[in-house]
Amino acid sequence: MLLNDRQYDFFENGITVQDVIEKMNYIYPKLIVKVNDRLIEKQDYANTPLYENDDVKIYHLLAGG
Amino acid sequence: MICIKNIKPYEQIEQEEIERLKAAHVLRARLQYEKKPLFRGYTDKLLYVDLADSKIRIDDIPGQVKEKFIGGKGYCLRYLWDAVTPETRWNSPENAIVMSAGPIGGITQYPGAGKTLVCTISPTTDIPIDSNVGGYFGPFLKFSGFDALELIGKADKDVIIFIDGNKGTISIEEAPLEAGDAHILCEQLTLMYSDDEADRKNVAVVTAGSAADHVNISMLNFSFYDPNRKVVRLKQAGRGGIGRVFRDKRIRALVCKFSGIKADLNKPHNMSILNKTGLKFHREMHDLDGKQNNMRKIGTANIIEVMDAYDLLPTHNFKFGSHKDIDKIKSTVFIEKYLTQGAPDGCWYGCSMACAKAADHFLLKSGPYKGQRVCVDGPEYENAAGLGSNCGVMDAEAILELNFYCDTYGIDTISYGTCTAFAMECYENGILNKERTGGLELTFGNIEADFELIHQMGRGEGFGVIVGMGVKKMKEYFIKKFGADPAFLNDIGMEQKGLEYSEYLSKESLAQQGGYGLTNKGPQHDEAWLIFMDQVNNQIPTFEDKAEALHYFPMFRTWFGLMGLCKLPWNDIVPADNSKTAEPAKVPEHVQNYLDVYEAVTGTKITVDEMIKQSERVYNFQRIFNIRMGKGLRVNDASPYRAMGPVTEEEYLSREERYDKQLRELQGLDPEKMTLREKMDSTRRYRYEQYNRMTDAVYKRRGWTQNGVPTPEKLKELEMELPELLEVVNQVLSN
Repeated sequence: MLLNDRQYDFFENGITVQDVIEKMNYIYPKLIVKVNDRLIEKQDYANTPLYENDDVKIYHLLAGG
Repeated sequence: MICIKNIKPYEQIEQEEIERLKAAHVLRARLQYEKKPLFRGYTDKLLYVDLADSKIRIDDIPGQVKEKFIGGKGYCLRYLWDAVTPETRWNSPENAIVMSAGPIGGITQYPGAGKTLVCTISPTTDIPIDSNVGGYFGPFLKFSGFDALELIGKADKDVIIFIDGNKGTISIEEAPLEAGDAHILCEQLTLMYSDDEADRKNVAVVTAGSAADHVNISMLNFSFYDPNRKVVRLKQAGRGGIGRVFRDKRIRALVCKFSGIKADLNKPHNMSILNKTGLKFHREMHDLDGKQNNMRKIGTANIIEVMDAYDLLPTHNFKFGSHKDIDKIKSTVFIEKYLTQGAPDGCWYGCSMACAKAADHFLLKSGPYKGQRVCVDGPEYENAAGLGSNCGVMDAEAILELNFYCDTYGIDTISYGTCTAFAMECYENGILNKERTGGLELTFGNIEADFELIHQMGRGEGFGVIVGMGVKKMKEYFIKKFGADPAFLNDIGMEQKGLEYSEYLSKESLAQQGGYGLTNKGPQHDEAWLIFMDQVNNQIPTFEDKAEALHYFPMFRTWFGLMGLCKLPWNDIVPADNSKTAEPAKVPEHVQNYLDVYEAVTGTKITVDEMIKQSERVYNFQRIFNIRMGKGLRVNDASPYRAMGPVTEEEYLSREERYDKQLRELQGLDPEKMTLREKMDSTRRYRYEQYNRMTDAVYKRRGWTQNGVPTPEKLKELEMELPELLEVVNQVLSN
């Protein structure tokens, strides 16, 4: 699975966007999530399944003080 | 959780004491002036004060200065350039301190609009430093009739400069008896110059603190009176030692008094746009802050544990990016136990972001105020990271105590943290010992030694004065006095251009190494903060992508400094639909807000490109100013290796899997066949090469030569072909 254009090998069947966020320990609240260029709203993270060849973008909107 | 409605008012200094201090004042000079009304954000007047002969003058600001330099930091740098020569150093009499709020500064409709920009030749860098600070002084100065204030010369006794913006008077008064520490001094002067309790909010004070007489890393406090707590609050122009210059001029304080704050004091071109844009933002803040950064509960300290989770929280002098005891200093600890909630904590009127948090009635455990209960302004994220994790101090109360003493002594919290962390690493490596520190056991996490160190700075004694010189001068001192290895100290000493790094770990973000290293004033993150875009999001993978970011963001963020604006409302809250925009990292709707506010105030409609051009003019002016002062070239943009990669075996081994993977994937090497030394050397060579290649790309994007010099063609493009700039540029290009 591609996450932010980097290959990760933690894909498993049934994995969701929420699982990836937790696996990566992405604790910052202002995230922009896109799966194959489709914007995923926060309330849909847990019910958006991912597939092996998905292109996932999880962007943090954090730009310092 | 502590709530503002339960906060008891603070005790006030007795009026008799204020009368005693005031009676000792001796008037040196007084000027009555006719105040020029503001028009579209400007008065077009500069207040000039020469401390040496107590001369007070009011100058017109020429149209060309307004056109090219806009205001704020632009005005500060323009007037500083005119005051100094290439030989001027921080303590030369002609060195100026210049302050300006910018044309938008002082509006009350849009958040974060009360900022003052301050510039001087820095004691730690020998080039111009600029610092951006809240508090009421800048707006009050403007409403008193002045777009900028220039201070030059040195007085022979401690003086206060008092501007009464309602009566139209400026006076210089000898002030022999006032306190040195800022929290007391600001209260004394707020009480002294106000008519009654209701009038206290109309008095703004600028001071340094007692350490500014002794250490280079000292700052300026800008006050505002908080009527809810009945206490004077302090905001800081922290970076680069401006407080040291202030006290070298024997200025005890600047006081500006102005009553009658109202919405149209800037005489804006279009109040309707201003109101509409502000209202839209306030709604956003109200609806979204709780789901985003919680700025109204904790301010910038909301990211303490975030930085730790992403391995970016500087720990033990920037060796590591996380700490096992993070739970002891995470933001919720401060919210639940110390920071008063529910208060309108803006550092200027109308700021709904309200992130100037405070710990009320905090009990001090050390120093001259031990046993007293005080109001601590903070902690900001930088304080928690610099005073806390970077020194191994994982103790919320110790952070608040150090925060308080930094403020009242007039010490920059960022530089204090980075300097102390450096000294601690030197101690743990045997470069320092108890004999050399005068008995201080400066190991990471030793709170008692840390407290003593800061009090020594306040008293101007002992090893505190050595640490207070700053990292650059400490390195020179340790090499000369103790025979320390220069290569090691240059690797671990987190300064560049003489300024201490602010508190983010940049090792794994090449773009942020540039965000720190390829700056004008030194490694402060206010130009570009690209760690997440680069390291986590991987949005700027190529050198050209990084160069574009290191052009756009520094220029965009420079604009805040021209206007008198705070950066935080730009992207510490974003509109609900920001994720649907083409470039969410730029927060396009907020950029448009700024263009609208600019037009509403000044009457001039500009595009984003014109906004960037306004900044580019000043940015390139500052770069050439650095060159004029003997710096500002490629050699000055080199970074300490600690900012770029693992210096020690301990660091490499702590993240061995990561570094070994990079050797395989980025360099095609097999770490299994390499010794630790070989792996570290290869990593170092690779990272230096990457930094150099990125520097090439950034200079090209900025229109500079490969030595970092803005070209005459670039100046022409910017309509900045000023003779004094061309002279400097042509001279360096002909060498």
